[in-house]
Amino acid sequence: MDDAFKPSRRAFLKGSAAVAAGSVAGAAAADTPDPLITELQDWASYTGAGVDETPYGMPISFESHVVRRNVEWLTASPISSINFTPIHALDGTITPQGCAFERHHSGAIELRKEDYRLMINGLVDRPLVFTYDDIERFPRENHVYFCECAANTGMEWAGAQLNGVQFTHGMIHNMEYTGVPLRTLLQEAGADISPDKWVYVEGADASSNGRSIPMEKALDDVLVAFKANGEALRMEHGYPVRLVVPGWEGNMWVKWLRRIEVVDMAVESREETSKYTDVYADGTAQKWTWVMDAKSVITSPSPQMPIKHGPGPLVISGLAWSGHGQITRVDVSKDGGITWETARLGKQGDSKALTRFYLDTNWDGAPMLLQARAIDETGYVQPTKDQLREKRGENSVYHNNCIQTWYVSAEGIAENVEVS
Amino acid sequence: SHDGIYGLGRPALEEEVAAWDVDVLPDGRGLPAGSGDVWTGEEVFADRCASCHGEFAEGVDNWPVLAGGFDTLADEDPVKTVGSYWPHLSTAWDYISRSMPFGEAGTLTADETYAIVAYILYSNDLVDDDFELNNENFADFEMYNMDGFVVDVRPETEYTEWRKEPCMENCKAEATVTMRSVFLVETPPEGGSNSV
Repeated sequence: MDDAFKPSRRAFLKGSAAVAAGSVAGAAAADTPDPLITELQDWASYTGAGVDETPYGMPISFESHVVRRNVEWLTASPISSINFTPIHALDGTITPQGCAFERHHSGAIELRKEDYRLMINGLVDRPLVFTYDDIERFPRENHVYFCECAANTGMEWAGAQLNGVQFTHGMIHNMEYTGVPLRTLLQEAGADISPDKWVYVEGADASSNGRSIPMEKALDDVLVAFKANGEALRMEHGYPVRLVVPGWEGNMWVKWLRRIEVVDMAVESREETSKYTDVYADGTAQKWTWVMDAKSVITSPSPQMPIKHGPGPLVISGLAWSGHGQITRVDVSKDGGITWETARLGKQGDSKALTRFYLDTNWDGAPMLLQARAIDETGYVQPTKDQLREKRGENSVYHNNCIQTWYVSAEGIAENVEVS
Repeated sequence: SHDGIYGLGRPALEEEVAAWDVDVLPDGRGLPAGSGDVWTGEEVFADRCASCHGEFAEGVDNWPVLAGGFDTLADEDPVKTVGSYWPHLSTAWDYISRSMPFGEAGTLTADETYAIVAYILYSNDLVDDDFELNNENFADFEMYNMDGFVVDVRPETEYTEWRKEPCMENCKAEATVTMRSVFLVETPPEGGSNSV
């Protein structure tokens, strides 16, 4: 921080006193003048940081809690592991890349654009190798999509586990991607695009994360992306090139994409047999559960976002999304699902993208059981956890899109609970 | 050049495709020539794999268990291993060859990989100790749970049922808390700490 911007000790003490006075005043009428208003503050007198101070900025220090977090006991190694987006503290729909969750199977690798190669081979007329610069010469598109890990909310199958929406629902991010449609590259190589063919995609990292995608999806809306939220992908999100597979489980969004192979059958790789298959109660496993169904969650109030302002106007805010298309409606319940009110969408939702909803309400200070319920353009209504468990049991690991309940106490403290 | 073709990129050479296209399909296509037996596999496994996966592929600490767990898939705590769960042997060969050992991926020879896979089958009591796996007999091997997988049933079992206008009022008699997370995990600390 620039010295000119650093408050003096005297100013710091004065500032602390001002904060204390301000909090005492609260919503009631002030009986003493607020020194933050009546006294000249340093920032209204001295100068701030110069434009040469920060060529690429980080959030202000007061926002240091808005960070990715991990849960050590979830995995054997932080190299093949997950962390969580601080969705409790965000608003709108676009996820800042710097705190957007990571999931790696052999760590985040550093791959220079100069060293990047993309191969397309298999059932193609012309097996090709592209450099990064080649990729940028194809006509490109922009789209906003959510990327949700198949395991998001997966720890919650057997009961309420982790006390924070960041941990229960934070394996997700939503970015505006710039990229080349996969179909363009398939066409360039003269691929056999008949509907019984598959596209196998793999990354440049040691895990490779190979996955099979049916040709119909490959030709539809899959992107070979090189920009997110306006800038290059972050290292941990696949720099310089990743796959974007709209509406489908995050595992298929292969990072550091190095090879696209057209094949006549699914490869049935490790990531689509051992992992990303869902065991139902009778012991049979579901494979190729690609789509992420409609889901929503209230991000505030939530365990990490207690109500601190007391009764009165309250903004209930949250996110909804569906891999089947647009979110058309979100209902909110304050009594654990007995009665529902339809919330307001922050703006019309994009297809297969996060949608923000708000319920502007007046809190009387009584305890609440908060729930949100998403409805998508196919008419699908987000199910309760009991409905899901009735169909699948408790061991399917992935694809838990249940309705989440927060118990909010009279003190405004929120807890992750299950309700009858 | 051709219609709708931009003429970008350059032809991939055979050696390049051979270097990167190493996936093995369920029917065995993609396997290189080679072989390995259980005894060799035991030695290689002890040297390259056992520090994480255990001498008998039973797993160390939180590292994956590769053997056992038969007939547990419908249990309260299923044990999903190569033996009890994986549908295709090709996946084991492909994944080990490409991505194992963790941190030293891609360093096993084809023969070492055959031997390790043979040893994992032996650890799962699926072959005798004199078994040799090679590219000739590979495709004949049938995995225990080969028929345990069905394609996504959600469209039939869930979507048809859940695409209905939902209840808005008096949806149930009461809602009571049946489980609270705070008994299981502490609330994460404030500030920039990284873990719960």
